[in-house]
Amino acid sequence: MVPHRLLALTISALAVFSTACERTDRATRAARDKILLLGNGAEPKALDPHIVSSVGDANILRALFEGLVTYHPSDDSAHEPGVAKRWEANDNFTEWTFFLRDDARWSNGDSVTAHDFVYAYSRILHPEMGSPYASMLYFLKNGEAYSTGAVTDFSQVGVKAPDDHTLVCTLEDPSPYFPDVVKHTTWYPVHQATIEKFGSMTDQFTLWQRPGNHVGNGAFRLVDWRINTFVKVERNPHYWDAANVKPNGIVFFPIENNFTEERAFRGGLIHYTYVLAPSLIDWYRENRTEVLRSETYAGSYFFRCNVTREPMNNLFFRKALAAAIDRETIVRYVTMGGQQPAHGFTPPSDAGYQPPDVIRFDPAKARQYLAQAGYADGSDVPAFDLIVNTSEQHKAIAEAVQDMWKTHLGITRVSISNQEWKVFQQTILDLNYEVARAGWIGDYVDPTTFLHMWRTGDTNNQTGWSSPDYDRLLKKAAQLSDTQARYAMLYQAESILLEELPVIPLYWYTRVYAISPHIVNWNPLLLDNHPYKHIDIRLPGDNPDRPPYN
Amino acid sequence: MSTAHFISYRFAQAVFALFCIVTITFFLNRFAPGNPFLDEKAIPEHLVDNMKAYYGLDKPLFTQYLVNLKNLLVGDLGASFGNKGYTVNEVIAQSWPVSARIGLCGLGLALLLGVPIGVFAAAHRNSRIDYGLMSLALLGICLPTFVIAPILGNIFGLRLKWFDVAGWEGSSAWVLASATLGIYYAAYIARLTRGSMLDQLNQDYIRTAQAKGVSPNKILFKHAFRGGISPVVAYLGPALASLIGGTFVVEFVFNLPGLGQHFVRAVTNRDYTLIQGTVIVFATLILVFNLLSDLAQVWLDPRRKLKT
Repeated sequence: MVPHRLLALTISALAVFSTACERTDRATRAARDKILLLGNGAEPKALDPHIVSSVGDANILRALFEGLVTYHPSDDSAHEPGVAKRWEANDNFTEWTFFLRDDARWSNGDSVTAHDFVYAYSRILHPEMGSPYASMLYFLKNGEAYSTGAVTDFSQVGVKAPDDHTLVCTLEDPSPYFPDVVKHTTWYPVHQATIEKFGSMTDQFTLWQRPGNHVGNGAFRLVDWRINTFVKVERNPHYWDAANVKPNGIVFFPIENNFTEERAFRGGLIHYTYVLAPSLIDWYRENRTEVLRSETYAGSYFFRCNVTREPMNNLFFRKALAAAIDRETIVRYVTMGGQQPAHGFTPPSDAGYQPPDVIRFDPAKARQYLAQAGYADGSDVPAFDLIVNTSEQHKAIAEAVQDMWKTHLGITRVSISNQEWKVFQQTILDLNYEVARAGWIGDYVDPTTFLHMWRTGDTNNQTGWSSPDYDRLLKKAAQLSDTQARYAMLYQAESILLEELPVIPLYWYTRVYAISPHIVNWNPLLLDNHPYKHIDIRLPGDNPDRPPYN
Repeated sequence: MSTAHFISYRFAQAVFALFCIVTITFFLNRFAPGNPFLDEKAIPEHLVDNMKAYYGLDKPLFTQYLVNLKNLLVGDLGASFGNKGYTVNEVIAQSWPVSARIGLCGLGLALLLGVPIGVFAAAHRNSRIDYGLMSLALLGICLPTFVIAPILGNIFGLRLKWFDVAGWEGSSAWVLASATLGIYYAAYIARLTRGSMLDQLNQDYIRTAQAKGVSPNKILFKHAFRGGISPVVAYLGPALASLIGGTFVVEFVFNLPGLGQHFVRAVTNRDYTLIQGTVIVFATLILVFNLLSDLAQVWLDPRRKLKT
């Protein structure tokens, strides 16, 4: 009899347990408290703006810090005043003066001054800091020279604070889009006293970014950070615009597994998924359209060609490869997220720059190029390798392209090899490849964020390609203060890039994710840099007179 | 050989093994392609050089190795490359309780399910119930954890809403993680127990006991069980070590911040120090639990001798 009694007991215990568990889910409870729960990809590497480089890390920094200028919640081209309440440039856009508000405060109550910015820039550019993203500051006069050690006196670098509330930036080249650049996390100020309390200025290992120690100037301050668990931030009472900050707090969850993240979303644990796996998009499209978002994103997916190697050193061969890729098929059947087939390299922006429309799928033309390259048919093309970093999606795309090259050009000896991330990086850095998968996300809203990298000797070029004409056009474009004239010059430069094809563009990114319908004011943004202070959370019934969406 | 002798001998052996493991790990790490500073956006070479200098990676390899050994002797596992501002000691201190809880609960469940099923099946050998249970166990072994875990998540997390599907703090997802591991190990233990119980039940001393009229239950639980459980105990050593050392798959699927995640990610990040730290933890666990299971087996079966 004992087992039966035990069984009955277990069942009733489970029943009690399950009713106890029928509670409102975490996402709803958090929404009630106006706390945002966001999936955020990988565990952050750091919370120090001078150490991080990934998009996910920047998402957290955007809550903890504020730059001179900040992102507008819905308009990519608009500038919201941040620490600077206004700014002006000289006639040729080489000198920018930012007038800082005097009520800007650090999360410990100290005033944010122009000197904090100067200190921050001297830190990120310091050769011993080894900041991975220091090159963003190369806009400043002598920024690069100081970073490489060619100039050792920081006073030679183009940033000055004539008084506590004025910051003057002198640039290498005219940059009418400079306010867009300074929105980036690398341009955030840091709190000198805090950093130096926990080590020297250039210490990589520093405890200042820990909860309790961290001092920022953003709308939120750091509450807790547990590795692989979460980063919690709460409203910063010292923030100058605290009265207008909508959420009371944000929790960033590092969830690397896309499927786990999606289950967490469906299970009411988070309000927003960092990504949505391609295989789930269809299901959401049919069953949960109200939470599915698919938005244009300033990113380009392409193949790098190593132009120093056979057979990729043959221009006509590269043209043949580019013309034999059916991009429509790839975005429709492989990536499935509504991506846009690329007809140029730089993603087009509605209001701004339009890239040349030259990349086409044209099998006949492709065969013609192949003949011009000196190959009678595909079978005499020497064997070459297409390398991708380990990922189902990259592999699927590579296989589709491999098949297209075989079908349209008859090239049979293309092998795909998979390399683990760091090995992949090293291979490309060493130019030890023929064709390699690549992606690039814009750092700011201007075509130069996509075009600068192809200059001769740029660290991100990594194709062996170099064109004096291209370099000259970019240099010339930088001298132009008129936006349209400058775009025209960049267009010419990009035409050279697309004519010589050290890169084969495939498609322009979309951001596909799921978001709770209770989140308000989370608008499509090209760079996906949402200013959290404007994000509101409304549960149905909270405000009957206002619609839950906008 | 006395127990004290045995333990001290094994201790010395373990220290030597750890030394070899540390050495091999160190050099394998440094010879692996890539380095911790490679990133999607390429970093100018002079900056990489500065970072290498900061972490002492610019020194001759052998000097690095000696410095590393010296630090290890005082228990300093170094700074993590991937988690800036954290020492490897801290990273491990944060993550091992997670793995320990999932692992111990999983193993507890595995024993509670697996041993009785095995004994029961052995007692009813070649019956339908035996075949049924053993087929189930085979299924449990064949279904990998990355299949069971999402299934449990979907049923008990999303449909029944008994548990959370992901997360650690303030989340009940670890129960599903433990259950996933429990099912897998229970299946294995059930088959192991059944096999060794049958082995024992065919022994002469059982026949003697039967001839003497000892009750079947007493034969099963008092006589056969003590010998029959021995292979399970032997298996528990490595099983426990691998469970507590972190099981990447369940941690990944339920997003739990355990050692297993670090174990795998550290490698892809080329986080030299964290790789070494997790390897040391894992190796130590294996050495300790193997020792414990050896001792337990002798205690269970005095005919065995402590052999070195």
